[in-house]
Amino acid sequence: MSRTPRRSGLSWLPPAILAGGLLPVAVLLLDAATGGLGANPIQRATLQTGLLTLTLLVLSLACTPLRLLTGWTWPARIRKTLGLLAFGYAVLHFLIYLFDHGFDLGLMTDDVVKRPFITAGFTALLLLLPLALTSTPRAVTRLGFQRWTRLHQLAYAAVSVGVLHYYWGVKKDHTPPLIYAGVIAALFLVRFLWRRPARRAARPVPRP
Amino acid sequence: MTDPRTPHDSPEERRILAPDSAVHPRREFLRSAALFTVTAGALGGGLELLTRRPGAGSAEAQGVPFTRPARPLGPYDTAEPITPYAQATTYNNFYEFGTDKSDPARMAATLRPRPWTVRIDGEVRKAQTVDMDTLQSWFPLEDRVYRMRCVEGWSMVMPWLGFPLASLIRRVEPTSKARYVQFTALLDPKQLPGQRQQVLEWPYVEGLRLDEALHPLAFMAVGLDGRVLPGQNGAPLRLAVPWKYGFKSIKSIVRITLTEKQPRTTWALAAPQEYGFYANVNPGVPHPRWSQATERRIGELGRRKTLPFNGYAEQVAGLYKGMDLRKFY
Repeated sequence: MSRTPRRSGLSWLPPAILAGGLLPVAVLLLDAATGGLGANPIQRATLQTGLLTLTLLVLSLACTPLRLLTGWTWPARIRKTLGLLAFGYAVLHFLIYLFDHGFDLGLMTDDVVKRPFITAGFTALLLLLPLALTSTPRAVTRLGFQRWTRLHQLAYAAVSVGVLHYYWGVKKDHTPPLIYAGVIAALFLVRFLWRRPARRAARPVPRP
Repeated sequence: MTDPRTPHDSPEERRILAPDSAVHPRREFLRSAALFTVTAGALGGGLELLTRRPGAGSAEAQGVPFTRPARPLGPYDTAEPITPYAQATTYNNFYEFGTDKSDPARMAATLRPRPWTVRIDGEVRKAQTVDMDTLQSWFPLEDRVYRMRCVEGWSMVMPWLGFPLASLIRRVEPTSKARYVQFTALLDPKQLPGQRQQVLEWPYVEGLRLDEALHPLAFMAVGLDGRVLPGQNGAPLRLAVPWKYGFKSIKSIVRITLTEKQPRTTWALAAPQEYGFYANVNPGVPHPRWSQATERRIGELGRRKTLPFNGYAEQVAGLYKGMDLRKFY
């Protein structure tokens, strides 16, 4: 993780991302209070928090490719905030699901074991948990940067399983989950393509 | 007066050495605040745009209640509270208008329910094409308050207006070969713009076994709450088979064909492992992706237990005697 030097002039950025990322919670609460969630508010809230999780995860995973492609450094400053926001929405999504099932852990276990759709969603949440827990600078030091980096590659697995969960949850029109899958594939591709020439470039090249 | 400043403290040097914020703290604060607001707003707005689906139904419409028919409860009526009109007409699955629940109410104006003709053919003696108003005038219209259970795990209580399907079938005189009834919905992308997308095979086709169709619960609805059926609820003519999942109750019917063979129905074709021909409401047979043991009645936050045959077991369970309903789901 990058540190934020005080005098960069970007110290407003991470809090702005946090505030913007939390705005949908306010809108969701307002909608819930005014009937704006429609006839099946629980289902609507479940769907929206799920979509927010995926969108924020994709944004957090877009930071590095964006930095690689453009050379900008600001994406690295907001990656953690975006990732933590995604985790927050994943937890909210899960809590709404639990509420919907009357906080019956037996029913939940049944769902997780028997239904691949739920298994995938639950797996994604579990994969995000260690990432959220090790999001502090102290965790980076304690784990060592390399191990920390390798651990945080779980984000790829989490987002992939998350999209699968979305895909399986949709009854018929699979366009939206496929769009997410496409974006994720593109982000993976950028990293993959960038990595190989970068290794070559890292070797000392004799100058003519 | 002696100058307390150190040599580096001349305004000139300060400007060179210190960041901008030390020179113009107020300007820097305003700049940061503006950037903060714009960025937070852009991210928040973008997220809303990508993820929010406002529920249809204006606050004004939410106030319109259904009226319970002013008559004693019939043998098939439920006494449960009727789903508010606004919810029953804004939370609909009608993929011909779009896959989102709010699409049908939004798009229903494109459907022209009159003039409308219905073709009745197949294994019948009196095959004919009949005008909708004529068809409706053949039978005395009845109110029926039915539970409606969607395969997605939600339910409503609907006050239909219409006539028993059996009356219609008997009128066209089935031949001895007739064993099934196939229903076909309107195919017209101009009126049903969702048909421009091949999310399902159009037109929508549904079917019943003849004995199911002749059961007094099987109902042809032409109205809702004593009013003309709204487009999103399947105007001008739809089926209501309350012991089966909602997708069996096909909307905007243009053709009814009596057949020898079991019809190839739309959802059973689209996802045979998930949706069967029978589609009887059965808490014991889970959908591959969710349990069918409970359901949410629209308007309630909690869930209630789903009843076998949606609570109509006493009337219809006999139709399936000897059948394994785990296999024939």
